[in-house]
Amino acid sequence: MTGEKATVSTRKVLLWGLGVCVLIAGVLSAFASSHPDGLEFVAESLGFGASATSHASDGSPLAGYAVRGLGDGPIAGGLAGLIGVAVVALVAFGLMRLLKRSAPAPAPAPAPTSPQRPAAQNTDS
Amino acid sequence: MHVPDGFLDAPTSMATGVVAASVVALSLRRSRDQLDDRVAPLAGLVAVFVFAGQMINFPVGAGTSGHLLGGALAAVLVGPWVATLCLTVVLAVQGLLFADGGLTALGTNVVLMGIVGVWIGWGAFWLARRLLPTRLGSVPVAAAIGGFLSVPCAALTFVLLYAVGGAAPIPLGALATAMTGWHVVIGLGEAAITFVVVASLVRTRPDLVVGARDLLDAQPLEIRHEVTA
Repeated sequence: MTGEKATVSTRKVLLWGLGVCVLIAGVLSAFASSHPDGLEFVAESLGFGASATSHASDGSPLAGYAVRGLGDGPIAGGLAGLIGVAVVALVAFGLMRLLKRSAPAPAPAPAPTSPQRPAAQNTDS
Repeated sequence: MHVPDGFLDAPTSMATGVVAASVVALSLRRSRDQLDDRVAPLAGLVAVFVFAGQMINFPVGAGTSGHLLGGALAAVLVGPWVATLCLTVVLAVQGLLFADGGLTALGTNVVLMGIVGVWIGWGAFWLARRLLPTRLGSVPVAAAIGGFLSVPCAALTFVLLYAVGGAAPIPLGALATAMTGWHVVIGLGEAAITFVVVASLVRTRPDLVVGARDLLDAQPLEIRHEVTA
């Protein structure tokens, strides 16, 4: 860290990125278009929209991106978005960390080599 | 683009479920040696961003909207195998907690957004990279092209699945035309978001972008440590 051009740390990128996600899901989501999306629109206009059956998670307190009991406003939507961000973050960061740890790592840590190492080649059959 | 329960019949949903599960299993295996100290944390962020981005429906005219799919974006940032995992996490959370995308259609949605979106996006990105000048500035442009193409391709994959196992009999030509038409427009939004996100990461930390790493290895103007003679 002497005269080098300062690069933004990975940690900083992550914090900024998460901040942007919180802003999008928590606040900007209130301004999202409530029109049907491309697939829904096509399904309605071609007449197969009605073949959608009720959703098994319709009873979820977060169904439809609104926290149940808080109405339909930006609070219910924003809070649902924030909860979603937290859950996705937990699952995704957790999964990636687990996978990374389970990787057949090319020994990043200096492996303490025991003098008995060559003897460990007693592979069965 | 989230397919609800009931649009496709049970055998088709089962088949897409099997395909999705196989590709996710393969992605889990292939991701292990991709996840280094830079990709692993970024992959978490990518999943969160795709979730947040998918909440923002933007109007595309005539009472219709579209939202980010994020497959191409994720592929360019963390590579296609890890990208499939990111999208799968997002789709599973959306289906289970938010009733967005059917649970019997989870496999279908993983196929459309997490596999077709990711791999078409990645393939188009690399083709575009080969055609564009070999420099960092080309990366966001190629990513935008990948993002653009991924959306109508995912839409057409839905049409294909519908042709195999659609619940209601409707003219397939009309379905293909309508799906392609709308999703070309939605693809423009996808391209714009993909461009902005990739461009800002390439500017700040190009080494975090998997789709740009080959350019960094070959960069002639890199500042290196002083060599003490």
